[in-house]
Amino acid sequence: MALFQPARRAGTGTGTSEIPAKQSTRRSASGYEAVHASRDFWTIRRRAHSFIVPACVAFLAWYFLFVILAVFAPGFMRVSVFGDVNMGLCFGGAQFASTFLIAVSYRRWARRRLDPLSDRLRRRLEDGQR
Amino acid sequence: MAHVALMAHATQMARPAAGVLASSGTVGTPTLNFGIFAFFVLVTLVIAVSAGGKSRSASDYYAGGRAFTGWQNGIAIGGDYLSAASFLGIAGIIALAGYDGFLYSIGFLVGWLLVLLLVSEPLRNTGRYTMADVIDLRLRAVPVRAGAAVATLVVSLFYLIAQMAGAGALVSLLLGVSTVAGQDLVIALVGLLMIVYVLVGGMKGTTWVQIVKASVLAAGAAVTSVWVLSRAGFSLPALLSHAAASSPAGRAVLGPGLEYGVSTASKFDFISLAVALVLGTAGLPHVLMRLYTVPDGREARRSVIWTIWLVGLFYLCTLVLGFGAMWLVGGTAIKSAPGGGDSAVPLLAFHLGGTVLLGVVAAVAFATILAVVAGLTITASACFAHDVYAGVLRAGQADPADEVRVARITAVVIGFVAVLGGIAAKGIDVAFLVGLAFAIAASANLPAILYSLLWSRFTSRGALWSIYGGLISSVGLIIISPVVSGQSTAMGAIGTSLITSPHVNFAFFPLTNPAIVSVPLAFFLGWLGSVTDRRPVDPARFARMQVRAYTGVGAERSNRS
Repeated sequence: MALFQPARRAGTGTGTSEIPAKQSTRRSASGYEAVHASRDFWTIRRRAHSFIVPACVAFLAWYFLFVILAVFAPGFMRVSVFGDVNMGLCFGGAQFASTFLIAVSYRRWARRRLDPLSDRLRRRLEDGQR
Repeated sequence: MAHVALMAHATQMARPAAGVLASSGTVGTPTLNFGIFAFFVLVTLVIAVSAGGKSRSASDYYAGGRAFTGWQNGIAIGGDYLSAASFLGIAGIIALAGYDGFLYSIGFLVGWLLVLLLVSEPLRNTGRYTMADVIDLRLRAVPVRAGAAVATLVVSLFYLIAQMAGAGALVSLLLGVSTVAGQDLVIALVGLLMIVYVLVGGMKGTTWVQIVKASVLAAGAAVTSVWVLSRAGFSLPALLSHAAASSPAGRAVLGPGLEYGVSTASKFDFISLAVALVLGTAGLPHVLMRLYTVPDGREARRSVIWTIWLVGLFYLCTLVLGFGAMWLVGGTAIKSAPGGGDSAVPLLAFHLGGTVLLGVVAAVAFATILAVVAGLTITASACFAHDVYAGVLRAGQADPADEVRVARITAVVIGFVAVLGGIAAKGIDVAFLVGLAFAIAASANLPAILYSLLWSRFTSRGALWSIYGGLISSVGLIIISPVVSGQSTAMGAIGTSLITSPHVNFAFFPLTNPAIVSVPLAFFLGWLGSVTDRRPVDPARFARMQVRAYTGVGAERSNRS
């Protein structure tokens, strides 16, 4: 447990200054290093990245595919799907849908898979300070 | 507090009823519109006074005591984000150019995923009030804080001037103020009001103003959209067909290319704009600062999800409003009205609900400008007081009470600068100016934020190179683009250049939006500056940053708990 003991919590203030003095942040920073190298922390980080990185790559690729199709393949975007509703409008609607979907699924995923882990580590770190 | 918003809305609906009788025909009654404006200003001032009256500490002034809940802050972020450019500008572009305006709104929405996934929680967990706090936790170097502050101030001022310029155009349309001096007076009044909001309300007061404004805006957009859809038998395809049938371009308006497909330059211009929109949101200082008004990182995440719903549904409404205006008002009438595309929604409202609905829409648009302008002012003043005064000039040893005093004085100064800038920039398309602010934010702010949060070998030099490189390249490219010179006849999205004389032309850069060049350049410079920096990076700082970012340990607490 002592391993996870930052000397003091950064930002609890030194009274006059809003920004903690240099010396104290040094000490607390070295405490964080041990946590950073710990297995629990690496699990949290790896798990967070396992959702966030693919999600970011996917939504950026999907968005730029849409933009490039709109700019360089306007003919394709004008292909009718039914009546006056064309490919471009369907793609645009799908951008809205995918944005809502990613936001909602990230919230659900983080609540179930990520928050319990980071809560546990935070509680341990905060208990260690008292 | 939600009932206040509803009440405000209900009263706005009821009040104009008397005005219908006094209607003089044409486009609404200026007296009525003015009455509604005054009423909204009064209501929001009361809210700002009652909510912000107890603002004393720095945390109260900058972050509203960090006591807002996720949904409150989510709606307030939406209020800060949905500017007049969104409401009037995008619907106007859709009404005139069809599908290309829709492309705009998608970029404005999709960018929020970057805020949600990469920025919101780590930023709330590691910072205090400003973006510079986060970079500073990693690098703690006075020049880096100064650089981040300069970038924040430039982006805020750019955005602010865009809003002020829009206020002039809008009011000239709705209040019938057509003289130049009259418009300048209106811009000055808007500036004065926003200073009052910020001084009296602080972050808590302005947040409530945003919440009220966002609710009224969403309700106004939803009611008008449903009204339009009811004319088309509640069928979106039918609405699209009607719109296409009434446009001279026919079904082409339903596909891309009318505005941006003209030439190769305009195609790349659009891609550049798309880069700016999707990456700029996560670098907008007034959005980032709002993330500090909630108790913890998890509430910050929740608030961004609320914002995504609000912004997304709102932009779906603008699609209906834009095509509705194309169908019911017609492109010719919109183009010939004062304000051009920006007048599409007011004209549509007049067509549907006469002076009553026009008055409501006008009040909503005016409220939007006031609220966004107040949000930007508080951000810029916090940045100057916290980063420049306390962080740089006083090297972190300033008295918090002094810091707040400096912030208040700065708010007044920024108000004056914005009024002068708004007077100088009036007449330029608001949506377009906002696109430029996004480009600067994406270039100067975003690379430094992402590198600080995610890359262990990021150094102070890398930060300085990416911030100043992004800032100078984006602003510089705008200066040597057709925005400033070389376009003496109106054409495409920007109309004429700032310098309309055909003899002055230093437009060496063909695109009107610099993001496609300046954003990759800023990322590259951040990398290059870091790998060529011989001074060792402090691994302990990075460790602290990441542990705090992922667990929320040591984050700034709410005043309430």
